[in-house]
Amino acid sequence: MSVLENKDMLNQLDQVIAKYKGQKGAVMQSLQDAQEIFGHVPKDVQIHIAEGLGVTLSEVYGVATFYSQFALEPRGRFIVGVCMGTACYVRGAKNVLDKMVAATGTPVGKTSEDGRFTIRDTRCLGACGLAPVIMINDDVYGRLVPDDVPGIVDKYKEL
Amino acid sequence: MELFRSHVLICAGTGCTSSGSAQLYDRFEELLAQNNLEKEVKLVKTGCFGLCEAGPIVIVYPEGAFYSRITKADVDTIVSEHLVKGRVVAKLLHKDSIEETGNIRALDDIQFYKKQKRIALRNCGVINPENIDEYIAFDGYKALCKVLTEMSREEVIDQIKKSGLRGRGGGGFSTGMKWQFTYNTPNEKKYVACNADEGDPGAFMDRSVLEGDPHTIIEAMAIAGYAVGADQGYIYVRAEYPIAVKRLEIAIEQAREYGLLGEGIFGTDFKFDLDIRLGAGAFVCGEETALIASIEGERGEPRPRPPFPAVKGLFGKPTLLNNVETYANVCQIILNGADWFADMGTEKSKGTKVFALGGKINNTGLVEVPMGTSLKEIIYDIGGGCPNGKKFKAVQTGGPSGGCLPDELIDTPVDYDNLIAAGSMMGSGGMIVMDEDNCMVDIARFFLDFTVDESCGKCTPCRVGTRRMLEILDRITEGKGKDGDIERLESLAYNIKNTALCGLGQTAPNPVISTLKYFRHEYEAHIYDQTCPAGVCTNLLQYSIIPEKCKGCTLCTRVCPVGAISGNLKEPHVIDKSKCIKCGACIEKCKFGAIIKK
Repeated sequence: MSVLENKDMLNQLDQVIAKYKGQKGAVMQSLQDAQEIFGHVPKDVQIHIAEGLGVTLSEVYGVATFYSQFALEPRGRFIVGVCMGTACYVRGAKNVLDKMVAATGTPVGKTSEDGRFTIRDTRCLGACGLAPVIMINDDVYGRLVPDDVPGIVDKYKEL
Repeated sequence: MELFRSHVLICAGTGCTSSGSAQLYDRFEELLAQNNLEKEVKLVKTGCFGLCEAGPIVIVYPEGAFYSRITKADVDTIVSEHLVKGRVVAKLLHKDSIEETGNIRALDDIQFYKKQKRIALRNCGVINPENIDEYIAFDGYKALCKVLTEMSREEVIDQIKKSGLRGRGGGGFSTGMKWQFTYNTPNEKKYVACNADEGDPGAFMDRSVLEGDPHTIIEAMAIAGYAVGADQGYIYVRAEYPIAVKRLEIAIEQAREYGLLGEGIFGTDFKFDLDIRLGAGAFVCGEETALIASIEGERGEPRPRPPFPAVKGLFGKPTLLNNVETYANVCQIILNGADWFADMGTEKSKGTKVFALGGKINNTGLVEVPMGTSLKEIIYDIGGGCPNGKKFKAVQTGGPSGGCLPDELIDTPVDYDNLIAAGSMMGSGGMIVMDEDNCMVDIARFFLDFTVDESCGKCTPCRVGTRRMLEILDRITEGKGKDGDIERLESLAYNIKNTALCGLGQTAPNPVISTLKYFRHEYEAHIYDQTCPAGVCTNLLQYSIIPEKCKGCTLCTRVCPVGAISGNLKEPHVIDKSKCIKCGACIEKCKFGAIIKK
């Protein structure tokens, strides 16, 4: 089923396209707004944006795949970012990531089968003073050791 | 104006917010209300104090009491003891802030702050960044007023040139020259832009300035706009920095309300306005031509220079692009004069530089020191050395474009030219300390992994070359290194350096080149001796049990997933190395430290 079958969301997307059409930088801003609406930007949405703005699909796809912010597949309710910045890495972020993969049963870059967790190894979150750090949606957990991970994950399994 | 007997400053930077400082603020607010102290004690949310290690941080003035690692329960104590009864709570103070005699040490005398000189960070942790009046009270917008009413455009550029200020984003190009080039290009439409796409892992000074003192960037950009002849500015900031974006938005709105952005600023005919553009997560966008492509809404791919942005930049118009920390110095140079600034630092690197100290170091956080301060002073005197008595091995500067410097170079005075001579670079100021437990081959592999991922793919040396390097490094860390790999790495490194299109590719081999230069023996140990001296690369490790320490508790035999450990109760156990999969489960569980890997 295409996400565009939701008339309300489709309507919002059309408003976004109308707002940016003809402006400089329209593709990126339309994609950003579209991701707000749908949570990700699948192929159908990209086609709709390309047709609406009157640009080629390759241009839209090119931008969508260039920036790591855009998700082409649906993401989980909780987006777990394990910081892989240098400060976190030298303080053992790799072990934290391994533990996270084990605790959620979800490989890096994937979403758990129940749609609860998406696991990402992220770029530096800038909280180097608290290394190693993870972020679950907007919550930051710092000064971690691998053994802290299962407890944190359990909390989100109950939400 | 309201007067208060005490001011409570609570750090609201990302580090302290992550460790719960917002809840502390709420608790203070609640308790002050309960004790009817709202008219006597003022709560202030500030930007970053710098010493993130000790966060969340609360400072109470006039005493200057520096409370560290504060919890919600501690807030109750501080209110009842300090604010109600006037007794500083010594046990909650940061350990360095109490003298042997028991007196409180002034904040500036604490080891971490003593050698620092805060110019770019001057207002961080001092004012409330969401209140323009506090910024104005600290000479805010005075420099803009000065240039608009007393100085010609040429005089402004001249001051910046004379100050010797160089780009703080990594390039180190003369800021004044950049302003001059943009000024020189005739065009009725020009832009100024601010590069706040801070992508170097381990560097967070730009974020701290934006969070702690957003108005100084607005003011400096307006000054730059006046000097080069632009009426529109863009701040390109990472979407991963939500607090910085929010504070910038608030600051821009306040500046507009006060007429400090918009038309007819300070009653002159100068007009200037600012917009924010969010980065969408691409490291290469820190490169100036890529950043411009990204603001225009395209894929953020760099293009060859010339033409430089000063000639043909944003939307094809002349554009001045500086980094956040560079702008953060501008207002002070205008107010105090170029000579004041040029008096600090070394011959070719003037002023101060902010470093983000991280990794295996006691005092992690942001430090600002005069150029020319030695690595040793930064790492030991300010940073407090490596924790847990571990031996210092290397310091990495310059992020993925920089290099690792060994103990022998610890006395190097830090400035642009010395770091390049040593085989590293200033970069944006990340400084990651590594100890004996870090494997330098693994670190080189880590950075190459980063660049391979972030290479935009436009030019072949970077797209293909860095991947080939990563494959070799992967091989070496997996114990499959071959004779000749080091030479292959070297040849690839020099070719990529000389042929890549932009700064990302040209500097990508640096982590490998510098580790090969100073830690070649580690590479050789991996390849020829099949060992990882630091004990990091799993495939090269052997697990074994020290018989003298093993109590024969059998715990490890039970957690081993492949049944590689055997032994009788109360007798030393042994690991069958042919079965061991090196998962480390046994080491984690052993209570006697009897299992080692090396």
